Amino acid sequence: MTRWAMVADLRRCVGCQTCTASCKQANATPPDVQWRRVLDMEVGEYPEVKRVFVPVGCMHCEDPPCMHVCPSTATKKRPDGIVTIDYDLCIGCSYCAVACPYQARYKTDRASFAYGKATAQETQAFDPKRLAVATKCTFCVDRIDAGLAKGLTPGIDPEATPACVNSCITQTLSFGDVEDPNSNVSQLLAENQTFRMHEELGTGPGFYYIWDKKDREEVL
Amino acid sequence: MSFGPKPWHQTNWDFRAAFNFMFGSAGAGLLVVVAFSGVAGGALQAEILLGMALIGAGLISVWFEIGRPLRAMNVGFNPFTSWMTRESFAAGLVFALGLAAVWLASQPLAQAVALAALVFAYCQGRILQGAKGIPAWRVPALTWLIFTTALAEGAGLFVALTALFDTPARGALGYFSLALIARALAWSIYRSGAAKITVPAALAALDRSGKILIQFGTLAPLALLLVGWFAPEVARIVVLLAGIAALATGWQFKFVLITRAAYNQGFALPRLPVRGTR
Repeated sequence: MTRWAMVADLRRCVGCQTCTASCKQANATPPDVQWRRVLDMEVGEYPEVKRVFVPVGCMHCEDPPCMHVCPSTATKKRPDGIVTIDYDLCIGCSYCAVACPYQARYKTDRASFAYGKATAQETQAFDPKRLAVATKCTFCVDRIDAGLAKGLTPGIDPEATPACVNSCITQTLSFGDVEDPNSNVSQLLAENQTFRMHEELGTGPGFYYIWDKKDREEVL
Repeated sequence: MSFGPKPWHQTNWDFRAAFNFMFGSAGAGLLVVVAFSGVAGGALQAEILLGMALIGAGLISVWFEIGRPLRAMNVGFNPFTSWMTRESFAAGLVFALGLAAVWLASQPLAQAVALAALVFAYCQGRILQGAKGIPAWRVPALTWLIFTTALAEGAGLFVALTALFDTPARGALGYFSLALIARALAWSIYRSGAAKITVPAALAALDRSGKILIQFGTLAPLALLLVGWFAPEVARIVVLLAGIAALATGWQFKFVLITRAAYNQGFALPRLPVRGTR
């Protein structure tokens, strides 16, 4: 089986927001909607202050609360772990939004554009189906599916990889199949210490955060 | 250890969603008490209609909140896991049985409506508890708080309506008192569960509202009922006040729960990145 997952190396992220920008460009999300966000956290008290940049978004959970609560079955989980929304079924009740512990879902009731009037790119990418329904990060599922159809490997071949991962200037973000022990993400998880956000809730996020390398003995 | 941006209040559900929980549970609670109160004839029909109207008003209110109202029927597609779907089924059952009960002025049908209304009230509690993103809602005890709130509000509405025309029966007043005590106990259990996981701002809002629920929604109505017990000449007016107090405080609690205490948990980093040499 395949289980697509993302890994963010918190030691590398510089908070440049290029992933956010590329996501917005690739998915044509309206203003105030960021399927891939980078949080800028300041932790501690002077002089012991640390600044951490944390990419967040839909965690594509193993046991997604959003899917369970959805009354219309618009939210589904594919066998490869990607959580999807059927915009034609969604009624826009926002139950999924309050069920998501990661604040990853958005609902935009009216069309809005960055500069008031739609730019050429916004006009071309505008999808009325996305109005008044829940939206969120898709892991660029269309790119993954199209890439797989061409025999490409998501996470390795840029054409089959989520836009945010492709654009990351520090290689903070990695994408791949965690069920494949030889994949890039499996290697990263094997060599580093990681955590997942709000793991105590039992949602099984498909988004891992690297915070330190493992000791040599642990890797061996 | 937990770090991250401070939790903020959810913006997805507003007063329209709150109205569904306020009107829906009062209507369901009224249908429950009416069915077993011995009321018959025109009064039974009128109170069943009122209960259904309240549930209907709640559902219409939430219908105004959903993004795609013309697809509202899709709400029934996921009975396997979604309590919102189950709530809609229970509401459908309430309306179908309720209309039949009104048409036939039938006590047995009214009791069947009451069972459906109990399921409806339970579903409302589970809807909130299923929202994992809101710590104040996902406390398991919230289900029973919402459920008992429905019983207390319905009983309050029932005795208040009865007091307008006659002195309510002792059985109804006894049920009302028990419902108030059950609600207060459920609040107490819920409060201790919520204190472990909710953020201070949410807890402060809950405490303010809970104080009103206990003082004006439990102790005051019980005291008024006692006054009515010992002073029959003022019984109707104090029962009326007690019923209104139980209903109003239940509504204010749910309004606060949805629109003031619904903070998310923000983001948390159990570990900070280790940079440079160790």
